[in-house]
Amino acid sequence: MANALVTVPKTARRGEIIEIKTLVAHNMETGYRRTERGVPITRDIVRTFTCTYNGVEIFSAELRPAISANPYISFFTVATESGMLAFNWLGDNGFAVSTSTYITVT
Amino acid sequence: MRRIITGAGLLLALAHAFAQDIPPGDRRSGYEQMGRETRAMQDDDSANPATFWVLEGETSWSKKTGTANRACSECHGDAAASMKGVAARHPAFDAKRGRLMNLEQRINACRVERQEAKPLAYESRELLALTAYVARQSRGMPIKIAPNPQSQPSLDAGRALYNRKIGQIDLSCAQCHDQNWGRHLAGNAIPQAHPTGYPIYRLEWQGVGSLQRRLRNCMSGLRAEAYDYGSQELVDLEYYLMWRARGMKVETPAVRP
Ligand code: HEC
Ligand code: HEC
Repeated sequence: MANALVTVPKTARRGEIIEIKTLVAHNMETGYRRTERGVPITRDIVRTFTCTYNGVEIFSAELRPAISANPYISFFTVATESGMLAFNWLGDNGFAVSTSTYITVT
Repeated sequence: MRRIITGAGLLLALAHAFAQDIPPGDRRSGYEQMGRETRAMQDDDSANPATFWVLEGETSWSKKTGTANRACSECHGDAAASMKGVAARHPAFDAKRGRLMNLEQRINACRVERQEAKPLAYESRELLALTAYVARQSRGMPIKIAPNPQSQPSLDAGRALYNRKIGQIDLSCAQCHDQNWGRHLAGNAIPQAHPTGYPIYRLEWQGVGSLQRRLRNCMSGLRAEAYDYGSQELVDLEYYLMWRARGMKVETPAVRP
């Protein structure tokens, strides 16, 4: 099952500003809720998101309990060279998802 | 919905309203009443979390299951062709089984009879995913419900339920959705209740849910006992709502607040 969706242009001109869109499947259980019987539900959220471009970190975010389920993060970067954009989500209970995509810069 | 009991002013306004169908030219999808950000989420598959369910449905579509060990794709081929328009004309009367069936029931019928597998539970992730995937193939197509003598009683029953006052709040669906759409219930805009986008990704649910889940929500909001999932009453109501929305475009998987 797909658990991360990343949208990046396949090609770009050098110096062009490109938009990167990401969506990760996650419940983002806040840790503030209780079951019907009053038992606290432990927190289970994505904690960090990072994006590297040919190994160099270009974007990162710390996520918090108030962020809704299936977090959507979009950001912009400058297409500098052809290469790999790698995405990494880490969270509670050993949650770890990563994916990568190649961009050709001309 | 808890807020409606304190909205005495609104209740009075509702009590004075009178029955009248929405003229076809005034019909609007709930989409049109949503904020810009929520519409943007629906417009872009890569921002719409329901895409996860659609992709999961696509995987199930070609997975062999059941005693028969068959996949949906083995009989139906490419869903983009074989399932196109199917959601736009469901619920539909099934002559062989002699009853009206909604899309979930139709999918489950194939699971049980053709794949020889256990039916999927209502609101289970797998059934929502398959339904979203099948209904996605009708996106942009006009809803086409053409009652025949066999399905007419369902349409009538659905209409009657829609116009009947229910629950401790003692309101009918029509009082909100025909007579007061566009007004606000606390912070929420009242939509016209056209089932154009189901299954939907609802922000309040933080997940995908069926039309019946939505209908049950409105019923419990009225402090009425909601009909069971898959009950004849809910299928009749679905049928009436789809007929009422005939000609409007399928948006599945829609996003709603
Ligand atoms: C062994 C062959 C077979 C398999 C496997 C199968 N189906 Fe079907 N399906 C049929 C046939 C034949 C019909 C039409 C006759 C009927 O059952 O009413 C049908 C009808 C349908 C319809 C209604 C189509 C319409 O035009 O109204 C839907 C929706 C559907 N199937 C979905 C599925 C899904 C989803 C799966 C997998 C979970 C599946 N089917 C698996 C043979 C199959
Ligand atoms: C007190 C007013 C009220 C009544 C009565 C009511 N609803 Fe609703 N309904 C709402 C509101 C408000 C929403 C929008 C979602 C929300 O904020 O809860 C809604 C949403 C819906 C939707 C979703 C529309 C979309 O765009 O996806 C449907 C369908 C619906 N209602 C059907 C019904 C049916 C059927 C009944 C009768 C059993 C009913 N409602 C009774 C207020 C009402």
